[in-house]
Amino acid sequence: MPINPTIIKRANGAILPIGIICVLGFIWAVLVASRGVDPVIKPHAYMYIFAFALAIFALVYGIMQNKFVYNPYEYDDGVIKAGVIATIFWGIAGMTVGVLIAFQLAYPQIMDATGLSWLNFGRLRPLHTSGVIFGFGGNALIATSFYTVQRTCRTRLAGGMWPWFVFWGWQLVLVIAGTGYLMGITHGQEYAEPEWYVDIWITIVWVAYLAVFMMTLAKRKEKHIYVSNWFYLSFIVTIAMLHIVNNVALPVDWLGAKSYSLAAGVQNAMTQWWYGHNAVGFFLTTGFLGMMYYFIPKRAERPVYSYRLSIVHFWTVIFIYIWAGPHHLHYTALPQWTQTLGMVFSVMLWMPSWGGMINGLMTLSGAWDKLRTDPVLRLLAVSVAFYGMATFEGPLMAVRYVNALSHYTDWTIGHVHAGALGWNGMVTFGALYCMVPWLWKKKDLYSLRMVEWHFWLSTIGIIFYITAMWVSGIMQGLMWRAYTDLGFLEYSFIETVKAMHPYYVIRAIGGTLYLLGMFVMAYNAWQTIKGRGDAYSLTEDAPAARKPAVDAIPELALGE
Amino acid sequence: MAKLHDYMETRSFALMVGILLTVMVGGIVQITPLFFIDSTIEEVEGVRPYSPLELAGQDIYVREGCYLCHSQMIRPLRDEIERYGHYSLAAESMYDRPFQWASKRTGPDLARVGGKYTDDWHVFHLTNPRAVVPDSVMPPYAFLNDKKLNAKLIGAHLAAKQAIGEPYTDEMVAQAEADLYTQVDPDSDDIDAFLARYPKAQVRNFDAQPEITEMDALIAYLQIIGTMVDFDEYQANINDNAR
Repeated sequence: MPINPTIIKRANGAILPIGIICVLGFIWAVLVASRGVDPVIKPHAYMYIFAFALAIFALVYGIMQNKFVYNPYEYDDGVIKAGVIATIFWGIAGMTVGVLIAFQLAYPQIMDATGLSWLNFGRLRPLHTSGVIFGFGGNALIATSFYTVQRTCRTRLAGGMWPWFVFWGWQLVLVIAGTGYLMGITHGQEYAEPEWYVDIWITIVWVAYLAVFMMTLAKRKEKHIYVSNWFYLSFIVTIAMLHIVNNVALPVDWLGAKSYSLAAGVQNAMTQWWYGHNAVGFFLTTGFLGMMYYFIPKRAERPVYSYRLSIVHFWTVIFIYIWAGPHHLHYTALPQWTQTLGMVFSVMLWMPSWGGMINGLMTLSGAWDKLRTDPVLRLLAVSVAFYGMATFEGPLMAVRYVNALSHYTDWTIGHVHAGALGWNGMVTFGALYCMVPWLWKKKDLYSLRMVEWHFWLSTIGIIFYITAMWVSGIMQGLMWRAYTDLGFLEYSFIETVKAMHPYYVIRAIGGTLYLLGMFVMAYNAWQTIKGRGDAYSLTEDAPAARKPAVDAIPELALGE
Repeated sequence: MAKLHDYMETRSFALMVGILLTVMVGGIVQITPLFFIDSTIEEVEGVRPYSPLELAGQDIYVREGCYLCHSQMIRPLRDEIERYGHYSLAAESMYDRPFQWASKRTGPDLARVGGKYTDDWHVFHLTNPRAVVPDSVMPPYAFLNDKKLNAKLIGAHLAAKQAIGEPYTDEMVAQAEADLYTQVDPDSDDIDAFLARYPKAQVRNFDAQPEITEMDALIAYLQIIGTMVDFDEYQANINDNAR
């Protein structure tokens, strides 16, 4: 639809600062490419040069072609559509690498066959974790937060071109960080592996994200800020704090890749797990709770179960979560009082976590029957069940005596994947299945049967995965501490590795099933976007006879 | 309380500030004291900054993601002490940037691996782990044999660590590249001066190749891990070491 010229707006305000950022980045990258003494960083310099040159060209071309105009009375959905596609892309990429490294542990001869450094487990593992957490999860969070904040504030995203800057900036983060891991460029702190020059770029993109979100809240047309937005906001603000503090480092050379953290040893460990645990707490929990609080009520067409509970569990979950980091460091050289604090707060965290679970599940009150008929709502509900399971298992594993057994074993890996595959994955699938027809203005998904397939593939995949890891983790932990009658250690280390083999195979199969589900979703989304099957368009050439009721799409109209 | 929340949830900026204040508390209480209290900043005799070659090795260890499968933190539990050796001290990782405690033992802990195996064993094992340990799931690192160590930047690495506060002297920084070559040359004349700067450093041609490779650096690092403190002398209970 052509934009009515009387209400047209130009996104001029954003173009200049974005242009300056890109030009500065371009100059730095050219300096690195031409003057830098560190050969390791050169490929990244060329990537930055390419990306920033492309961005500058797009800006100039857009200005000349008068592209940066928008209708302030419409939602900004283009950037969300891009986010949906990026979420699926990075999900498939990150999980494919996950399946590959799972098979590498089951059959290490795969690595012998190539002998290539960049195909080794140690290089691929950060690619997997970053690909799924920051690629799949990050894009899902950015896209759903942009969707939710507009609908619940009844206003268009603030900042003109800035949301697009956030989107493309984040993709650049992922490409630079991911290729860096393959080349061996890493800061060496789990889930914070990008080197200093990527960290600075992340900070710029993240501050822009926070600004867009805050400015959108500020111009809302609803008096109250909806509960989803509290959670999204806490996720954005806290991740900014964690990222900056944990990555304070001094580069060896301002034109080179390597840097050293300001904190070393114990202090570095505590800061890292304060960050690391709250990457789980705020990236993978509060952000996704924001998703839950919008999409479950919307899909079930029921109000949130308890407003009071949402207040109580919001403030307690964000206050308590941040203390739980030291449970990653039980029995280490970290002082005992810090470990004890971490353990106590981890156990306390159980309650606010379950507050969120109860609020999510009980929102289905009066709509439980839909679980039978609507596989999308079932994905959302089961994700909350997995959230409840993982947040019960977490406090258990944070108890020092349990941790003595579980730490360093696959139990931790299983626990993480119960949360990541069950909670983050499934709630994202549910949100994507909601958003694709809503955004592309289709009657329904291409195929609900394929959603059923996706649901069962992922559920069975997760069960294979986590049960295999429970068995292997607890078994290996017990084998490490097993003694013979004469008081000697019963097993050499390698005997405990050998015992893991069948469970590594089962885990790899479980991961493969889950990945297959991703492909099913990608196909279903693609066909929906193309308008096949049940996904006929609501805006054009819809057969008159099949024309649905208007309320099939939520809030087409904006406030005012 | 209801009034306060009504205030917060109708004002975006107040909400943001409220969130920020709420999430700052835990970190302030748990992290800041660690920079000041005795048990985390104690110095233990023997612990010194890494020699240039060891540091280059540690950087390779980080680059290859070894920490994703190997911890360097022996917990004070009976089986771990019997399997790996004396429990790890905070001071032993005071020059590790980043710390190498790790969170998974797909392979064994390496906190006391120094001196446990010969250099040859490490070369064979890193080149083809399954030729030495048939059930191993470790990736092969044969390519380290062929990669010449880039020693040009090592001075800058030491300078950066010196700027952060590690006790590298100006002399150590100036001599960094020369020291790196000295450590793989048992016939060098500078060994005494080198050992004065880096006590207990091991001077050998680690991978038995004429060139300095990344394999040399990695093995030099592996062989120093956990050997700096003399646990025949170390007394956990004396005042200076009170933990």
